[in-house]
Amino acid sequence: MSDGQEITQGAEAAAVSPGGIKARHKRFLWIVFGLAFFAAIVALVLNAFGSSITYFYSPTEVVQDKVPHGRAFRVGGMVEGGSVVRDSNGLTVYFRVTDTAETVAVVYTGILPDLFAEEKGVVAQGKLDEYGVFQATQVLAKHDENYVAPEVQAALDEAHKNRAAQTLAQ
Amino acid sequence: MIPEIGQFALVLAALLMIVQGTLPLVGASKGISAWMALSRRTAQGAFFFLSLALGCLIYSFIVNDFSVLNVANNSNTKLPVIYRIAASWGSHEGSILMWVFMLGMWSCAVSIFSKHLPEEMTARVLGVMGLVTTGLLFFMLLTSNPFDRIFPVPVEGRDLNPLLQDPGMILHPPMLYMGYVGFSVAFAFAIAALLGGRLDATWARWSRPWTTLAWCFLTVGILIGSWWAYYELGWGGWWFWDPVENASLMPWLVGTALIHSLAVTEKRGTFKVWTVLLAICTFSLSLLGTFLVRSGVLTSVHAFAVDPQRGMFILAFLALVIGGSLALFAFRAPKVGTAGTFKFVSRESALLANNVLLTVACGTVLLGTLYPLFLDALKLGKISVGPPYFEAVFVPLMAPLVFLMGIGAVARWKEATLPDLWARLRWAAVISLVAAVALPFILGRTSPTSVALLALGFAMAFWIITSALAGFFDRVKHVEGSFGEKLKRQPRSFWGMFTAHIGVAVFIIGVTAVKGFEAERDVRMMPGDSVSVGGYSFRFEGLEERRGPNYNATRGTFDLSKDGKSIRKLYPEKRIYFAHGMPMTEAAIDSGIFGDRYVSLGEPINDGQQSWSVRVYHKPFVTWIWGGCILMTLGGLLAITDRRYRVSARRDAAAPVLAPLEAVKLEKA
Repeated sequence: MSDGQEITQGAEAAAVSPGGIKARHKRFLWIVFGLAFFAAIVALVLNAFGSSITYFYSPTEVVQDKVPHGRAFRVGGMVEGGSVVRDSNGLTVYFRVTDTAETVAVVYTGILPDLFAEEKGVVAQGKLDEYGVFQATQVLAKHDENYVAPEVQAALDEAHKNRAAQTLAQ
Repeated sequence: MIPEIGQFALVLAALLMIVQGTLPLVGASKGISAWMALSRRTAQGAFFFLSLALGCLIYSFIVNDFSVLNVANNSNTKLPVIYRIAASWGSHEGSILMWVFMLGMWSCAVSIFSKHLPEEMTARVLGVMGLVTTGLLFFMLLTSNPFDRIFPVPVEGRDLNPLLQDPGMILHPPMLYMGYVGFSVAFAFAIAALLGGRLDATWARWSRPWTTLAWCFLTVGILIGSWWAYYELGWGGWWFWDPVENASLMPWLVGTALIHSLAVTEKRGTFKVWTVLLAICTFSLSLLGTFLVRSGVLTSVHAFAVDPQRGMFILAFLALVIGGSLALFAFRAPKVGTAGTFKFVSRESALLANNVLLTVACGTVLLGTLYPLFLDALKLGKISVGPPYFEAVFVPLMAPLVFLMGIGAVARWKEATLPDLWARLRWAAVISLVAAVALPFILGRTSPTSVALLALGFAMAFWIITSALAGFFDRVKHVEGSFGEKLKRQPRSFWGMFTAHIGVAVFIIGVTAVKGFEAERDVRMMPGDSVSVGGYSFRFEGLEERRGPNYNATRGTFDLSKDGKSIRKLYPEKRIYFAHGMPMTEAAIDSGIFGDRYVSLGEPINDGQQSWSVRVYHKPFVTWIWGGCILMTLGGLLAITDRRYRVSARRDAAAPVLAPLEAVKLEKA
């Protein structure tokens, strides 16, 4: 928008000044400049988007193998009760994330957020390794004990709905 | 009783604002001076009632009147009084009241410091602000009343979210809101200019101090928020590209473009239409930011569905304000016309490019923030856009901006020549290049990416400093007298720009040093263990239990030492708040000019040996990040106190006295 406005401004200015050919050159210069800039921005944004968007999947989707391989994604659900195990030395933690239908095993090395707890919502970011274990690089739990991340809630609802449908079918 | 008085005061304020939003505007277009004169009285009256309402809410919090829903949800008998006061603006309802109160304060300030503005201008500015305030007051009264009662009355309140129980909560929201709301003045001036058809250099001079002041507040607000996140969240980061942070960054970016564009409009009379558009956008983004954050849409698009009435009101209000002002802009702007010409190489061009880059940067942030919401709303999948996106887009946009900053400050208005620019800036360019090449090696970095990053950062910082100095020597070259006199002769607005630009350099040095040299370790420690990071050693000495007013804490003692010499003890805490049972990490930081040493407790590891997971950091120059922001703010304040804003009115009857110096004093009081 800014380009547009200034292009007209520049063009008007040039049009008044003597020498029509020069005016046209100047306008052309502004337009080329603006278009090149615009193209550069679009390329920049698309490139950045392509490499840094992370998709979210539920444990059911992970088990059904609907997830990308060799690329980071997020998985979320509840931390299964009694599933949290600590390594005897170091900071590695093993736990399972469930949407009540399926579970995914997660390994994480580092400090867990304050609100990480069994039977509470969690979102983990990382990659699935060849054994089907989720190697998390980041574990997120939100800042309010009553708050369940919307993605997690949706995953739980989905699993619940599927189970209800299955019961009905039987 | 007190909450009812507050409620009643809000209704009265709303009625006054309806008057302020209508009669003065009509009066200005029909030339009825009595109607125009009303605007000052209503602005001051409404401010009185809004202060009363805010006072009533704060009082209800202090006495813990749990019959008020808002208090019951956000306070607690064990909550310290200072945080009860801060809790007044901790909730959605309270923060909207705070917002409207500040809008009232700015209107009142305009009504006081606009004595020398033409009568219609004041009437229109206050009228537009009245319309905005009316909308927000009705939003509050109809959908988010802070004084709603609850029955039966609970015995105990739910307590303020422990994360918010921090000095940051006392300062951060008010400062941020002062900034957001302050842009409403710039917005009102822009709309008034469109309505009245008076859009000239004088107009720019009127709205400039107000805009700069709002920008200063916003800068301070963001800075406090960043610092708060740094020490409170326990992650040691200072900016997370979180949607909530982005919501405050967007108006700041466009606001920064606006203060530069206003400079061109005032000095050269060009960019007028663009300036008006920026003023509209800045305030629209402030509104959007507040609502995105406060309505909960950012955490979940479904928040709209939870309270459809609130969501619809917000959407309608945004559509009305943004759509209405843009429609008016489209309708009137062409009539305002453009004036002034400039060449491709000139200060105008540099500032134009500055504006384009800042606006585009804001656009990319907006895209990254809203794109996941759109996808989710359209059920196209759930994604998150992380920091890599913002960093990948931001750095390439900011690098040319910084380059132009040096040129813009020394280039001549209207027409500059490249040889001339080169003559003025060659030393700056040489020094920056040398610094960029030499410093990463002197400081001992060898991996190619980190060398490139450091080189870019140092080049930018040195370029800003050296080109600002070049600009300074250029200015004083022809001034007679001693060096001290030369310094004194420069106007405050020049010193404002100089300080703010140096602030950007300081900020960049901070960011570069933290990115390039920070060291972080997550370790498992038991009492007696030591860990070293960045040349410092942290020895875990032991743990003790401590009781706070509304929490229990486990406090660790760490001995910080360097080369075997003990520097000081650090006491990080892990707190459990009673009301929520919520754990909170309180990091302990040894802060200094050249870097911070930071330790926070993770969690106990039940291995029978009192082991804890512990996070230690060394963050070189991290305080420079906020120091740079403080310099930028100081620069803004210096610029506001420039003589010409005070003197011009006395000299020229048509021009205003905005007495910005007094305005600053008022805001501080």
